Amino acid sequence: MDEILSLDHITFTYSPDEPNVKNAVEDVSFTVHEGEWIAIVGHNGSGKSTIARLMNGLLFPQQGTIKVMNEPLTEENLWEIRSQMGMVFQNPDNQFVGATVQDDVAFALENNGIPYKEMVKRVHEALQQVKMDQLLNHEPQHLSGGQKQRVAIAGALALKPRLLILDEATSMLDPQGRAEVLATVQALREETGLTVLSITHDLEEAILADRMLFMNGGEKFAEGTPSEIFALGDQLLDLGLDLPFAMKLTKLLKQDGVELQGEHMTEEELVNDLWTSNFKK
Amino acid sequence: MMEKMIFGRFMPGDSFVHKLDPRSKLLFVFAFIFIVFFANNPVTYAGLLVFALLVIFVSRIKLYFLINGLKPVIILMVFTFLLHIFFTKEGNPIFEWKFIHVYEEGLRQGIFISIRFLVLVFMTSILTLTTSPISITDGLEVLLNPFKKLKLPVHELALMMSISLRFIPTLMDETDKIMKAQMARGSDISTGPIKERVKAVVPLLVPLFVSAFKRAEDLATAMEVRGYRGGEGRTRYRQLKWDGKDTLAMILLVAMTALLITLRS
Amino acid sequence: MDIQLQKVSYAYAKGTPFEKRALFDVELAIPSGSYQAIIGHTGSGKSTILQHLNALLKPTEGALQIGDRTITAGKKAKDLKPVRQKVGIVFQFPEHQLFEETVLKDIIFGPMNFGVSEQEATKRAHKLIELVGLPHTILEKSPFDLSGGQMRRVAIAGVLAMEPEVIVLDEPTAGLDPRGRKEIMDLFLQLHKERNLTTILVTHSMEDAARYADRIAIMHEGKCVLTGSPEEIFGNAEKLATYRLEAPRIVRFQRELEAKIGRRLQTLCLTEEELARAITAAVREERAGQ
Repeated sequence: MDEILSLDHITFTYSPDEPNVKNAVEDVSFTVHEGEWIAIVGHNGSGKSTIARLMNGLLFPQQGTIKVMNEPLTEENLWEIRSQMGMVFQNPDNQFVGATVQDDVAFALENNGIPYKEMVKRVHEALQQVKMDQLLNHEPQHLSGGQKQRVAIAGALALKPRLLILDEATSMLDPQGRAEVLATVQALREETGLTVLSITHDLEEAILADRMLFMNGGEKFAEGTPSEIFALGDQLLDLGLDLPFAMKLTKLLKQDGVELQGEHMTEEELVNDLWTSNFKK
Repeated sequence: MMEKMIFGRFMPGDSFVHKLDPRSKLLFVFAFIFIVFFANNPVTYAGLLVFALLVIFVSRIKLYFLINGLKPVIILMVFTFLLHIFFTKEGNPIFEWKFIHVYEEGLRQGIFISIRFLVLVFMTSILTLTTSPISITDGLEVLLNPFKKLKLPVHELALMMSISLRFIPTLMDETDKIMKAQMARGSDISTGPIKERVKAVVPLLVPLFVSAFKRAEDLATAMEVRGYRGGEGRTRYRQLKWDGKDTLAMILLVAMTALLITLRS
Repeated sequence: MDIQLQKVSYAYAKGTPFEKRALFDVELAIPSGSYQAIIGHTGSGKSTILQHLNALLKPTEGALQIGDRTITAGKKAKDLKPVRQKVGIVFQFPEHQLFEETVLKDIIFGPMNFGVSEQEATKRAHKLIELVGLPHTILEKSPFDLSGGQMRRVAIAGVLAMEPEVIVLDEPTAGLDPRGRKEIMDLFLQLHKERNLTTILVTHSMEDAARYADRIAIMHEGKCVLTGSPEEIFGNAEKLATYRLEAPRIVRFQRELEAKIGRRLQTLCLTEEELARAITAAVREERAGQ
């Protein structure tokens, strides 16, 4: 599998002149391969959003190298690299630049000098992918939060990026909006195999990922599949995260002496295990 | 009062006027402002008024709605009218009652000025009512393009304008929210002596500025990530189309100018 | 303090071409001391109701009873300050309302507007800063130097400093991480119990409503369509579905399990602990029956 992005021993501080201030990111390394969905989790202030800003050159690390498509990220190739990475931010209102849905999707295309005819084609395609093609001329104030975030995703997709970064893109949405956005990302993954990196503290979002990176105090605390990470159990709780519902319930049931075969991340698995271990005759 | 005000608002529609290119509408209204001054006798003023009413009719904006929405402006107009009537003392007196003396010339001037005023307000309102703010911005950007040679940052100005327009509703909402939050904490902007009221504005303005700066910062980041680095090498998604309708509007403009010049005394 | 909405309707920009009705004949009684959740989708009218609870908005039809004050549509309501002191509202993202130079000044802003002396207000600020889990030293800092989570706590302290009898919470945990969410919700539950507050939680989180509230009202398209205890509301999934709402995860899980094992658990459970206990009991019965 091709390497899309790699961080190699990255250290970053917002105040390089004050040695007493803790680094925002401390010696973090990881690699993202083509077609993967990676989730970076951690409580607020764990350094996860700083990492997102380092990845597309909004910030530059004091130590370490970031490679995108095997090329080190520098001031020179910055714009080229940004066009390969779509990014969706937290606040749906503060990233909507265009006057209407279609204008906003076209914004990045205009910036990259894409010819008009090609733009029209790409804007429509991208809006179809996020199922917003019926609302081409809607103004942002008439859209829900979830719809605005889907427009933002379309705006990123229009440039045909190699990697889509979601920086807490669902944290300001209502449950309906969150579900909409996650369904959109899942459908995109199925249809196009898009590589996704999501930064989140929503565990239901993290479970969907292939691999999780768990940040704490600017350091990478753990890395692994969601089941490996959630197996950390109480350590996660101590570091400000929660466990998925099924795992919490499994834990409580085991305490009460109910027989179960293993740990479960999804409710379906737990129901089945409860049935086979305790009720099936 | 502000909710009823329609000056500067946009009413979507698909009339002939709505469909015109913003450039032709802008040129038309801009030229109209000067043309109005050619009128100097009853025939020419009547012509202007009839023309404006025709434009309103074609734009399918209801006249009563327009007049209702322009009430504050119309009050101002009536006031100007009365001023002329009472203070112009030329021509034959036509009405006398106690200290009120109305002269022919005063009445004439009053009517003319009022028509001029009314026609201008109608035409500019029709422009904003039938053209979305963003189209006006697009039109202005293209019309002002020649001034780029004089180092006028046309693209940047247009972008600033369109982003401001985009954020007006957001900031209005925000103002309402913060105002309510402070009212819930006992702050009171609408009653009390002036000094107190001015003081009560601080809890509203500080959070509003903080939020606006935060939004601006977020927006700048989002724009940078999406590859924005100035107008250089950018293509345009919003295309303006000049077609037969717009040429027709321009011909109409020229014809009307010619007619006014012929008929004026 | 009881709050009652009697056939309350509300229209924004009433009497203009832009008029928009947001509430239709809403009947809702919130008895003193209860923990009431108001649930609904964005645009269901729940934030319009919220603004009625301390008369920031006045009904365009119907009447509003807040304690011993009645506010009737069409009549002038003078001096609403006592009402606003008694009903404190923690708005969504309350950190946006901070404006003073120091945290202390911001916390005492509310109480001093309601005529509390500076000395007394400062005393309250010192107590509250501890209650919301922040160090006393923070009182002298600028609120704008704090983290988002700290700012939220300061804003909450600012509302609590008014010593309201009713506290209205509008999505108080929006944007917080799981730990922050739990801490804030537990803080309000503790206050609710200790100070015998009437608490009104406006939310779209079924989980929070199930865990904390003792009464629930469902808003849908400007109408109050369902009221009842959490068990009554969440026990009826079909009814909820007609309003495009889902029962909390816990209830959904219980139902799935019940379908699988072919019988009902003893009670409808609203917390993980309750559910674990009920399942354990069912497993024991099963073993005993074999």
